[in-house]
Amino acid sequence: MDEKTILINGNRLTIQPEETILETARRNGIDIPTLCHLKGAIPTGACRICVVEVEKARALMPACTTPAQPGMVVHTESPEVVNSRRISIELLLSSGNHNCSVRKSDTGSFTSFQLEVQKYDNTDDLCPVWGDCELQDLAYRYQVSGEAFESTKTKYPMETVNPFIVRDFSRCILCGRCVQACNDIQVNNAISFGYRGSEAKIVASGDRALKDSDCVFCGECVQACPVGALVEKECRYAWRPWEARKVKTTCSYCGVGCQLTLHIMDNQVIKVAGTEDVAPNNGSLCVKGRFGYSFIHSPERLTTPLIKENGKFREAGWEEALNLVAKRFAEIRDTHGGDSMGVLTSARVTNEDNYLAQKFARGVLKTNNIDHCARL
Amino acid sequence: MTNTIADIEEADVILITGSNTTENHPVISSFVKRAVTRRGAKLIVVDPRRIKLAEFSEKWLRPNLGTDVAWLNGLMHVIIKEELYDKAFVEKRTEGFDALKAAVEKFTPEHVTEITGIPARDIVEAARIYAGAKAASILYCMGITQHTTGTDNVKSLANLAMLCGNIGIPGGGVNPLRGQNNVQGACDMGGLPNVFSGYQPVNDPGNISKMEKAWGVTGLSDKPGLTVTEMVPMAHKGEFKAMYIIGENPLVSDADLNHAEASFSQLDFLVVQDIFMTETAKTADVVLPSCCFAEKDGTFSNTERRVQRVRKAVEPPGDVWEDWRITAEIASRMGYDMGFENAEAVFAEIAMVTPSYGGITWERIDREGLHWPCPSTDHPGTPILHTETFPIGRGKFFPIAFIPPAEITDDEYPLYMTTGRVLYHYHTGTMTRKTEGLNERSPESFVEISKADAAKYDLKDGDRVKVASRRGEIEVVLSVSDKAVDGTVFIPFHFAEAAANRLTNSALDPVSKIPEFKVCAVKISKAA
Repeated sequence: MDEKTILINGNRLTIQPEETILETARRNGIDIPTLCHLKGAIPTGACRICVVEVEKARALMPACTTPAQPGMVVHTESPEVVNSRRISIELLLSSGNHNCSVRKSDTGSFTSFQLEVQKYDNTDDLCPVWGDCELQDLAYRYQVSGEAFESTKTKYPMETVNPFIVRDFSRCILCGRCVQACNDIQVNNAISFGYRGSEAKIVASGDRALKDSDCVFCGECVQACPVGALVEKECRYAWRPWEARKVKTTCSYCGVGCQLTLHIMDNQVIKVAGTEDVAPNNGSLCVKGRFGYSFIHSPERLTTPLIKENGKFREAGWEEALNLVAKRFAEIRDTHGGDSMGVLTSARVTNEDNYLAQKFARGVLKTNNIDHCARL
Repeated sequence: MTNTIADIEEADVILITGSNTTENHPVISSFVKRAVTRRGAKLIVVDPRRIKLAEFSEKWLRPNLGTDVAWLNGLMHVIIKEELYDKAFVEKRTEGFDALKAAVEKFTPEHVTEITGIPARDIVEAARIYAGAKAASILYCMGITQHTTGTDNVKSLANLAMLCGNIGIPGGGVNPLRGQNNVQGACDMGGLPNVFSGYQPVNDPGNISKMEKAWGVTGLSDKPGLTVTEMVPMAHKGEFKAMYIIGENPLVSDADLNHAEASFSQLDFLVVQDIFMTETAKTADVVLPSCCFAEKDGTFSNTERRVQRVRKAVEPPGDVWEDWRITAEIASRMGYDMGFENAEAVFAEIAMVTPSYGGITWERIDREGLHWPCPSTDHPGTPILHTETFPIGRGKFFPIAFIPPAEITDDEYPLYMTTGRVLYHYHTGTMTRKTEGLNERSPESFVEISKADAAKYDLKDGDRVKVASRRGEIEVVLSVSDKAVDGTVFIPFHFAEAAANRLTNSALDPVSKIPEFKVCAVKISKAA
């Protein structure tokens, strides 16, 4: 046998140095489900969803932390593996308000649970991330109902006191992805695991509210959360994935040029996410890029050309406004020369906008008096 | 940036100066913090304020405002004296080393301490750390450039990088962090008085005839134009008649605002094109409403020269047009039909006349952007500049002398003031201040002051205070903070109602014409 290969589900695959079983599998298009695994962070192996059977090993091994060793024979969906995953999912589903109604939803016990959770949420809707939840996806995939174990009550109240993020501990599965996002990816070091055993909770330093902690509201944790524990306040219960159109674009704040995925419903941007797996930001954003989009639909937006008369603006049509501007520019150019005029183009508008602005200054006004606020 | 953002994580040493990266470029700061915490890179922070990144630094140097050339020459003095520089690189790739060596000769660590206040030992240690790296990256921002010696400061950073062979290699480079989404693109597109798109000088007859032919026009001026900081004084003298301002708010962002306001009011005709009724738009004769980024197609070029797509996601409100379309419509009414059907057609012309963008098409950058220069459609783009040679052949060392800031403190104005941004707001606040949550986190302007200075002037945290310079005064809330160093206060410039730029000095760098936003002298007292 080749020294640098392993066998996964009967496929002979070449391994790369320092690769885990998960990485070898994914690189070769073999899907091993994960929950606590966060790309770019240090794997923890906490959730045990990614367990696989390695022949001759004494127990199932988490694929995300187990190095791929030459000669390994791995099974990713063997009965033993599936059984283990089902138990893990059952335990997670019974750990909180996971009212996604995956199965047996016609039984009385689900109905009373559902009603109780809806009261807690103050809504008649299902879980806020229904349809956008990795735990729900797994429950469907492995047909797990969440009724095998007694459901545990939520110990910690929902935190809603900051403007951007709702922390719903009743839906937290303690996978630790938010902690990794905060500490390994953004390195803001604002949240960590607090308390022990059944009291465990993700806490900001001293178990304070996020608004009183080191949190800078980049929202990396929200994007990393696989369930409904961390959700943007603005769009909680405002949308379902199949209702929103997604458009990839470039952020309009600083010069990093983060790639954004705008979520659109009814001609409104309702949510912004960082676009995963694309440079330069690989899904990361800051508070402005993720949460500072209200200006787009602000009622203060200008909506029609304005002409000032006797010190006051009045509304005008485009024809009138453009004709006036063209006439006055031409008069001033022809009387005083193009060099008595200037164009300030913008570090905020597109290359195409800028290119035409300089073409206009040079080609039409006949002056090189064109600049923008690079210096300011 | 000479290098890419991702490349920061390849550096062994990162030197950051004049950039409060965690607040101004938060996503880039995460690359820096990961390099330090996960790869063991050493961070040197040079900044008068105790910025967040100081916590991650191996070495934090705290210079007096406006003394950058001195500490940079000090580092080079040590590096040359201890022979830590990259002799092979200096020999093979540069010229002017002897002149540099002579210029930094007198900047002994002790002399540098006198000017900068940085302990001599720290100068020596920082020099050894930087020079000891296999690859060291320099990141800087407006704290370096917004000085009357801004050009000297940048040249000094370039001297340092070349001296240690940190140009043209992964993890190295001299990397300015661009503060606005498309400031790189606005420069690339010829939004500058001396160059056409792609930095093709306007006073080169070859470029003139090339552009005249491409545009179908005659009589292009070969006389470099005025910068914005030169247009304003011209207007003040009544020698400037009309301005067309697109998406800019100089009546909050200009230095010495009182003077700027008086200047703009002298214009015969002012047209402002914007998404909001900004402070500048209010003074216009005609206001033209334009689309915001989510309402139009196009491209932005980011700080690492990556040309990326902007896509229309929503319909604009009311009767609002794209900026390029408005400009083209004015042109056609002045007898010049630009004849573009859409923004992609404009981009095609850009690629045709701009060598560095020549190989870029919207199709190629659909998934991920490309770094210019990208001269042909089969060229992969250029993530790292100057790998083999510099555009001028050899990299030139510039001997730089230290010049103090234009305004220094005295008995009447005893404190230094510097300006900048906060995490939750952006530039003149016209966009971020429309988001309630951001306002909740950062509701109003403030002046940040050290505990000792607050005590000296008998002021308490939360007091309303008056801050005055020779040019104006504003009222703000006092914030006593351990970020501030004794003798220097900080005010963010986002807030029009208490505009920091009423106080700032409009003295210019002689080359780049950038105002000295980062240093002026002020006094502070309790508001009546």
